[in-house]
Amino acid sequence: MKRDIILAGVGGQGILSIATVIGDAALNEGLYLKQAEVHGMSQRGGDVQSNLRLSSDPIYSDLIPLQGADIIISLEPMEALRYLPYLKPEGWIVTSSKPFVNIPNYPDIEDILAHVKAVKNHVLVDVEELAKQAGAPAQAANMVLLGAAIPMLDIDYDKIIAGVQRIFSRKGEAVVASNVAAIEAGYKAK
Amino acid sequence: MKHLLLGDEAIAQGAIDAGLSGVYAYPGTPSTEITEYIQLSEKKQTRGIFCRWATNEKTAMEGALGMSYMGKRALVCMKHVGMNVCADAFMNAAITGVNGGLVVLAADDPSMHSSQNEQDSRFYAKFAMIPCLEPSNQQEAYDMMHYAFDLSESLRTPILMRVTTRMAHSRAVVETMDAPREQNMLAAPENTNHFILLPAFARKNYAELVEAQADFVQTSEESLYNTYTKGSNPEKAILTTGIAYNYLMEVKGENGKVKSESVLKIAQYPLPKALIDQMVADGAKEILVMEEGQPVVEEIIRGMVPSTVAVKGRLTGDLPRMGELTPDSVRKALVGDIVLNSGFQMPEIVVGRPPALCQGCGHRDMYAALNEVAREHENAKIFGDIGCYTLGALSPFHAIHACVEMGASITMAKGAADAGQFPAFAVIGDSTFTHSGMTGLLDCVNSNANVVVLISDNLTTGMTGGQDSAGTGRLEAICCGLGVAPEHVRVVVPLPKNMEEIKQVLREEVAYNGTSVVIARRECIQTLKRHLKAKK
Repeated sequence: MKRDIILAGVGGQGILSIATVIGDAALNEGLYLKQAEVHGMSQRGGDVQSNLRLSSDPIYSDLIPLQGADIIISLEPMEALRYLPYLKPEGWIVTSSKPFVNIPNYPDIEDILAHVKAVKNHVLVDVEELAKQAGAPAQAANMVLLGAAIPMLDIDYDKIIAGVQRIFSRKGEAVVASNVAAIEAGYKAK
Repeated sequence: MKHLLLGDEAIAQGAIDAGLSGVYAYPGTPSTEITEYIQLSEKKQTRGIFCRWATNEKTAMEGALGMSYMGKRALVCMKHVGMNVCADAFMNAAITGVNGGLVVLAADDPSMHSSQNEQDSRFYAKFAMIPCLEPSNQQEAYDMMHYAFDLSESLRTPILMRVTTRMAHSRAVVETMDAPREQNMLAAPENTNHFILLPAFARKNYAELVEAQADFVQTSEESLYNTYTKGSNPEKAILTTGIAYNYLMEVKGENGKVKSESVLKIAQYPLPKALIDQMVADGAKEILVMEEGQPVVEEIIRGMVPSTVAVKGRLTGDLPRMGELTPDSVRKALVGDIVLNSGFQMPEIVVGRPPALCQGCGHRDMYAALNEVAREHENAKIFGDIGCYTLGALSPFHAIHACVEMGASITMAKGAADAGQFPAFAVIGDSTFTHSGMTGLLDCVNSNANVVVLISDNLTTGMTGGQDSAGTGRLEAICCGLGVAPEHVRVVVPLPKNMEEIKQVLREEVAYNGTSVVIARRECIQTLKRHLKAKK
């Protein structure tokens, strides 16, 4: 088993929480894992990404090579496109459909979505809307996205849910329940 | 026990488990998480490890040397440019030698993800003539801390451990010890002359250090962290340092063509001469040097191998001259460019998304007022400094005209005023001010330089994530204590509703022919959010 994942978004959106849940589930599966994160200046509303690598064999490089990623998981549609050169020919894009506009020259969202749809294997999800429908707070939108990406992860749904329970248990049952609901909403969205 | 740890966290846990008594550091990306991890660990289970942030890297280095003097193990952490700040203490700690183990951790930032240059800290180890460790992965980083402290105590020298951003900020599974080793007992050095660097004593110490070089090389040659593997085609050889080894292995894994070269994996310096000699004796005609950062080894090794051996790397263009290595740049050097057949390119409509000051941040209101007052003059100059507020250089403020290194805003504004510039503003954060701005302000006071120093005080070290700031609550007293006239130490609250007042205060201080300080004080909104959440 080997999955190379690029997590993308805008600083502050919560891509690292997605990585934390997947990482926890992978560790419990006894998989090897490497996860390169971005800290520092870019976290201030800039474009951020994290390279998450899972494998049943030892992993050397912290970085994913060009055309090496199985999945791009992005909380922002333009940010998903930024890493296209890293996507394998048969790779998947799983992205939020809603633009995060904090720059004056943000392109036409229809053009952005057209480019996403031009990738054969793509999943577009309105994560905030689905979070709302699931009765989860807006902060759980990242868990909706994670739910939508589960089919491509090669990790069982139940094992991801178990990861969420372990990670959020400290914050109480209500937080666990809303995050689980968010993941379920994303998982069923297809 | 197995844990998923950042490289920085592996280093921190490694230091704790090696019997650490104190960590001394000033926050700086990508090194900050080491000290934060130890602080958090102390909160969970007190081992009495000193872990309060230092005012700057020099005070940190000196504090650590003092702890080492008393026989205990100390760790100093900083980003690469922090080495410049502590260089005086660092260089001379190599001359005094150590009592308790002393490890200096420098986190370099090739590609300048969060830095103003990509200087390579390995030069400092060579400069100070001390051993240097450069782990290739998180497990090695953990294991090496123990080794580093042992090495420091057995060789009686500080050890420099050098990591880079990808190592510091990447997570992997790390197997740790079950329980930490005991800390050292308090034990002052038997021979204090070693720590008194009068020329007569220093010459003796330096001679010992020079003599120890052969031991350091031998230790490198015998180190388990330096390994040489003869290939089936030994005419070609690859030398990797630190994490470059991972990219080599990545490319080997994906490409069957690369398997015949000899490989020398280096994670400890000075360079292991015997292993390099062996590589040449085995027939190496070409050595490709893969190293993260500047071409340090590539330059040194040219003087160690016969001139008939071709040394390749960053200087020859086989690898990029600057920036961090990637699996792609390493692949290109080994087997040529990858054939990209996915057809996926970044669409042209994708635009850059530069970082920006947070919405609601006090620096924004400070810049809004400052820009308006500055525009009332034909040729105002604003000298910036290092921190979140450096982003004032970008849209929408375009406010600052310089930003060089910690503290330079004040002294450059002074120099500009000395040259005849009016008005000359300095913009500096509270933490940067106590790090390296106070001495510059004293220079201003002593020549009554006509500058307006704006301290944008958000009560924290913001850029690195909100660590304690050394002068919080005492900035006015510090400025007055340095000799700024109390009536020219002004405090404003940077909020849109106070815009007129802030501008008026700035105008008055511009009109004053002398050194004034305007403190714009409002808590960082990131730490404010955290504090409010904690109260709930």
